[in-house]
Amino acid sequence: MPRYARNDALIKSMLAKRIIPCLDVKDGRTVKGVNFVDLRDAGDPVELAWNYSRQGADELVFLDITATVERRKTMVELVKSVARQINIPFTIGGGINEIADADALLNAGADKISINSAAVRNPALIDELAKAFGAQFVVIAVDTRSIGDKNIVHLNGGRLPTERETLEWILEAESRGAGEILLTSMDHDGTKNGFDNGLLKIVNDAVHIPVIASGGAGAVQHFVDVFEKTNVDAALAASVFHYGEILIPDLKAVLKSNNIEVRI
Amino acid sequence: MTGIIRYGAGNIFSLTAALERLGIPYGMINTKEDFEKFDRYIIPGVGHAGAAMHKLEQTGLVPTIKALNKPTLGICVGMQLLTSYSEEGDSNLLGIFPIKTLKFKDSSTYKVPHTGWNQVFPEKENPLFQNIPSGSHFYFVHSYFIEYDKAYTLLSATYSNEFSASIWHDNFYGVQFHPEKSGVYGETLLTNFSKL
Repeated sequence: MPRYARNDALIKSMLAKRIIPCLDVKDGRTVKGVNFVDLRDAGDPVELAWNYSRQGADELVFLDITATVERRKTMVELVKSVARQINIPFTIGGGINEIADADALLNAGADKISINSAAVRNPALIDELAKAFGAQFVVIAVDTRSIGDKNIVHLNGGRLPTERETLEWILEAESRGAGEILLTSMDHDGTKNGFDNGLLKIVNDAVHIPVIASGGAGAVQHFVDVFEKTNVDAALAASVFHYGEILIPDLKAVLKSNNIEVRI
Repeated sequence: MTGIIRYGAGNIFSLTAALERLGIPYGMINTKEDFEKFDRYIIPGVGHAGAAMHKLEQTGLVPTIKALNKPTLGICVGMQLLTSYSEEGDSNLLGIFPIKTLKFKDSSTYKVPHTGWNQVFPEKENPLFQNIPSGSHFYFVHSYFIEYDKAYTLLSATYSNEFSASIWHDNFYGVQFHPEKSGVYGETLLTNFSKL
C-alpha cells in the first residue's frame, strides 16, 4: 500500500490522489445546475472548468450528452476551447464510437477520451484506440449495478443490463489496452451515501492501471473513506462540487490531514 | 522566439495553447534552415520513443539537433529522445545525455503508466525552476523513465523507484512531466524557459 511508504525514509514523494469534477455538457452548454457565486455564466463549460482548475481540481471530465448529428463538431469545439484556457488535464467522453472521433478529439487537445457503450459492444475498439493513440489516452468508463449477488455492466446510464460481469469486463478492457478505469456504481450514484468501496477495492486490487471512483459522493468523509479503504487513484463527483456543497480546497485540506497525499 | 521541432510525434495543441496564454512567441521548425529563425527550441513528443526516434531520423534534422548550442527543451518523449537508449522498442536515441530510458515495473501498488501529479525535487540550482518551490507537483503520464544520474538529473521524483523528472547538460534540458498540463507551476517553467 503506497500510503504506508511514507514510513520509508528512502521514498520522499508519492503520487497524489486526484480529485476530478465531472461536467455534463449538451450542445456546448453545461446541463446540471451550478451554484458558484462568482460565475458570470454557469452554463459555460469553459468558465466552469477554469474555476475548478483555480480551486485546485487535478483533472476534469466532460461528458457530452449532445444527441444531434452535429455531435462530433460540437465536441471538438468544446475540447478546443477547454484546451486553450485550462492548464490541467481533461478527459472527454460521450458517444465516441470510432477511431476518427478519437483522432479529432486528440488533435483538438483532449488528454484522454472515455469510452463506455461502444467498447462493450465492440471490445476490439479498445485495442485499436490503444494501438493508435497509446493506452494513456484510453479511459474505459464502466457503469455497474448489482443484480442478485453479481455486479453487472450496464449501458444507457445504468438502465440497460448487459451479459458482462463487471470485474471480468474490466480485466478484459485492461488486457486490451485500457489505460484507466472510470468505475461508476449506479447503485450508489445520486444517493450521496458514499462510494461503493467494496467493489472499488476488489477492482483496484485486481488491475495494474489507475482506477477512478465515481458515484455516491455526498460528504468530505466519503472521499477520505474511498482512498483509505480502496486505495483508488482518483475520485470523481459532480453535484457536490457544482452546488458548492464541497469546496475542493476544503476537501484537500481534510484529505491531507488524514495523511492522504494530495496536490495543494 | 521559441521554435517547436515538428517531426510528427504527437499532438501539440495543448503546448501551443499554453505558450499563447503566456504570451510566449513561437514558430514551427520543419527544415534545417528554420533553426536560424529561433533563439531556443522545444522538442515535444508523446507515444512510443522508438517510433518517435524513427520519425525524427526521417526528417534529416538529427545532426542539426545534436549540434544545437541554444537552449533546447525536450518534453516527455521529447526528453527521452535526448538520452542514449530506450527499453521501449530497444531503441538507440540521440545520445546527448549518456544515460538510459527504462521501463517502470508495474504492480497493483505502482501502476503503469505513472499517471497523475507527483512531487519533484531540485538536485541542482537552475533558472529553469526559478519561483517553483521544491516538492511542487507536476503532471506525469509515462511508462518509461530516465534513470537517476548524479551528473545529469536536475529534478528527481520517486515512483516505484527514483528517476529523473528533469535532466540538464549545457544548453540541453528535458522534463518528463507535461508543463502545459501542470497548472501554474508548469506555466512558470515555460515562462522561465522562454527567458533562458
